[in-house]
Amino acid sequence: MSADPATLRFLANLLEQHSGQQMAESRLWRVETALKPLLRDRGLASLAELVTALIGRRDERLAGLVVEALLNNETSFFRDRAVFELLATDGLERMRARRADERRLTIWCAGCSTGQEAYSLAIQFAEARARWDGWRIDLLATDISRAAITQARDGLFSQFEIQRGLPVGQMLRWFEQDGAHWRVRRELAGRIRFRQHNLLDPTPFAGKADVILCRNLLLYFAAERRRAAFGRLHAAITCDGLLMLGAGETVVGQTDAFVSDPEIRGLYRPSTLQVATRAA
Amino acid sequence: MKTCLVVDDSKVIRKVARHILETLSFEVAEAEDGQQALIHCEATPPDVVLLDWNMPVMSGMEFLQALGRSNVIARRPKVVFCTTENGIAHIKAAIEAGADEYVMKPFDRDTLASKLQIVGLA
Ligand SMILES: C[S@@+](CC[C@H](N)C(=O)[O-])C[C@H]1O[C@@H](n2cnc3c(N)ncnc32)[C@H](O)[C@@H]1O
Repeated sequence: MSADPATLRFLANLLEQHSGQQMAESRLWRVETALKPLLRDRGLASLAELVTALIGRRDERLAGLVVEALLNNETSFFRDRAVFELLATDGLERMRARRADERRLTIWCAGCSTGQEAYSLAIQFAEARARWDGWRIDLLATDISRAAITQARDGLFSQFEIQRGLPVGQMLRWFEQDGAHWRVRRELAGRIRFRQHNLLDPTPFAGKADVILCRNLLLYFAAERRRAAFGRLHAAITCDGLLMLGAGETVVGQTDAFVSDPEIRGLYRPSTLQVATRAA
Repeated sequence: MKTCLVVDDSKVIRKVARHILETLSFEVAEAEDGQQALIHCEATPPDVVLLDWNMPVMSGMEFLQALGRSNVIARRPKVVFCTTENGIAHIKAAIEAGADEYVMKPFDRDTLASKLQIVGLA
């Protein structure tokens, strides 16, 4: 079976409406593969039948499952090692100095997928325990995908996932083997709060974050939506906070809400301009 | 160019590993067992050895121990185990014996690339 372009477009548009994620023409082929298990579960013969069901029954739950299946959850531990190290060293050191009085740091991982990014951060803090002694570190990690958040919270990784980017020493130290999988140790898991949240919605916490990671997510937003999302991140970050993007991402030409940090190249800080935060 | 010695008794695995390593800009040499690998390392030590566990003649562990004892190897290569022995006991034993990293088979390009980066070679 091969779906016609209009059917694929319909499904890609559904993804964009719900999540902001655009699917390039060249990646439409993925739709069919990604939705095969859902078709099987629902006893639907083709994507066309799926679209008919979506339109005819206005089935929000089904729409949610389609969006889940189409999201790209690709991630790994310490993804883009160099930038990660920059954050762990220069970035966090600066925040430590700036928050020396309060001894409190709030970090938000937006679009954390199955949790590798947040666990990588938690490992950094856990291994520098002496430096952060007496500190309260709030680590909130969110993603639109319910399945991804469930896995992140369970802290259960396949052999394939566990060894992508994670040094073997840290794997042995922070995870235990559980059959064919590896499970995060409670000590590490307890450092992170995982929650489902759509970046198109208002910020999921009151107050402001000192550090925001929003990596490999806004890349796939349409320009106008991306600008609005940067605006909301701006409203959610302290005025001396730090923003970390994916290695292939930048704010240059995308938004006025953030600028490159002059001292820590590769990280971004909020600009002092007033920025529109209205949702696109 | 960085050099890697792939040590595996399976021709297929050597071929797959060579292909991946070449896309990562490594110059690749091959050995079928630990003994061949040791001879190679004594003559021309590579930057990194990708090492299987079970091999005839000299196993990966025996190779690692011999490498540690050898005083004719000019520059000790990094050693990355690459094996189907995926139990925690094996992994711990390999690290204690001096392996720098551990890759569980099956693996893909990104995994291998990340491990080589971790040992400082990418
Ligand atoms: C490619 S992954 C990147 C994961 C991780 N940040 C990293 O860089 O490795 C993108 C993640 O963003 C999530 N995502 C996409 N649109 C989102 C939205 N509107 N709100 C929250 N998360 C979203 C996806 O579910 C996916 O887990």
